[in-house]
Amino acid sequence: METPVLERSSEKSQMQGVVDCDVHPAFSRPDQLLDYLPERWKTHVRDFAVRTANPLLGTLPYPRMTPGNGMRRDSWPPNGGPPASDLTFLREQLLDQCNIDYGILQPLAAGSMAFNQELGAALCAALNDWQIDKFAGPEPRLKASICISQEDAKESVAEIDRRVTDRRFVQIAMPPRTMEPCGRRRYWPIYEAAEHYGLPIGLHTSAFGYRPNTPSGWSSFYLEEHYAASNSLQTVLSSMILEGVFEQFPKLKIVLVEGGFSWLPSLVWRLDREWKRMRDEVPHVKRKPSEYVRENFWYTTQPIEEPENNRHLLDILRWIGTDRLMFSTDYPHWDFDDPRFAFKVPLTPAERSAIFRDNAVDLFGLK
Amino acid sequence: MSTIENPTREKRPAARHVVARADEIVPGASRLVHVEGRDIAIFNVAGEFMAIANRCPHEGADLCKGKLVSLFESDEPGVVRLSRHGELVRCPWHGWEFDLRSGKSWCDPARTKVKSYDVAVEHGARLIEGTYRAEVFKISVDDDYLVLEL
Repeated sequence: METPVLERSSEKSQMQGVVDCDVHPAFSRPDQLLDYLPERWKTHVRDFAVRTANPLLGTLPYPRMTPGNGMRRDSWPPNGGPPASDLTFLREQLLDQCNIDYGILQPLAAGSMAFNQELGAALCAALNDWQIDKFAGPEPRLKASICISQEDAKESVAEIDRRVTDRRFVQIAMPPRTMEPCGRRRYWPIYEAAEHYGLPIGLHTSAFGYRPNTPSGWSSFYLEEHYAASNSLQTVLSSMILEGVFEQFPKLKIVLVEGGFSWLPSLVWRLDREWKRMRDEVPHVKRKPSEYVRENFWYTTQPIEEPENNRHLLDILRWIGTDRLMFSTDYPHWDFDDPRFAFKVPLTPAERSAIFRDNAVDLFGLK
Repeated sequence: MSTIENPTREKRPAARHVVARADEIVPGASRLVHVEGRDIAIFNVAGEFMAIANRCPHEGADLCKGKLVSLFESDEPGVVRLSRHGELVRCPWHGWEFDLRSGKSWCDPARTKVKSYDVAVEHGARLIEGTYRAEVFKISVDDDYLVLEL
């Protein structure tokens, strides 16, 4: 059976710093993305705006702490503009202060969620140009994500094809709250392209979605929404495994971003148990779910779980495998994790460099 | 077991440091000062000065960059009581709130707390006579200064 083997670099990396798998670049003004759109779509956005399932234009479904919708209060650039819109200050406050050798950009904008699919594709292309122009171009420590409008798989693959030769892009970015569960076949052309090019797909927790944020409708509070993010990533994982995605694309690499990880053991114990009993329903799922979990999935750490007894985290980390976890800060959001202080458990030096650097270096091919 | 005679000694006197001019920190504002190797955040709460250790014990953020907030209490949905206006600082990152008078966090007062320091306003004329250490500046007789006790 063909299983994906991560190519470990033979010579040890010279890097000593951290790889941050979740950095959120921001527009310096609300309409900055329009600069990267063709005239046809600029006019459209001016006259009709960008419609998504979120009924509230210009804010989030769950507006958070103000000012800035839940930003670190100390992250406003001294030269003006919103947090993470000023590359100079981002370099200083994040890359330099936290000793970050590489940061993976995770743009959070509505391209993948636009009802108008052609506009969605144009917004994604604009986001990709903008990331290079403002961040990954001038700052080689920042790496970009190929944003795609996943509901239109054909257009998504075309966008991946257009960007793939640019090595400043190191992953494909797709939101987890898709129109149908992520394992469904409408998305398979995207997985085929990702596997073909060896590009991981990062699914970052999303404030927007085509569906309510819980299976029984909209939650009342932001606090609930924050937690529902974990549910959305659990849906991604079980759907992709049970639909047989990894039998078709055994080398596909999936990164679950900002949804926590301590739920993983119990979910996978349950999946394994039910698979043993009822696998006749899913004969295309040839292996125990836990085997795909250990080979095809990676997880970012922020917001790190904080059990009352910190040492309980060690059991969870080691069950998941310290080769599957990758450090992330979520800069400049309020629930930022600082690499110097976030892990309150005694990791061995090897575990530490795996989580803080080596796993991401190998997965994203950073050298 | 032999007993050691316990001499009565005075306690070591606290060192008193002049750390800022009183009018440099306006009500609602804060200032980070460095005293004897420690980073200390000083806040002006409606004219009263309070000082705590600057580093948040949770993940290390600078508390001097936090927002001053009031105590929110609620016994039932829709009814909120606000008291102690501006006497708590909310960490700029994860929102832990610390009582500026005690240094204790509201959620976990026994385990998660910061050191609080005594800070007083003294008139310049008194400082020149006493055994104070001025950290940053010359002292003028006519102004008020913040004095931190360590």
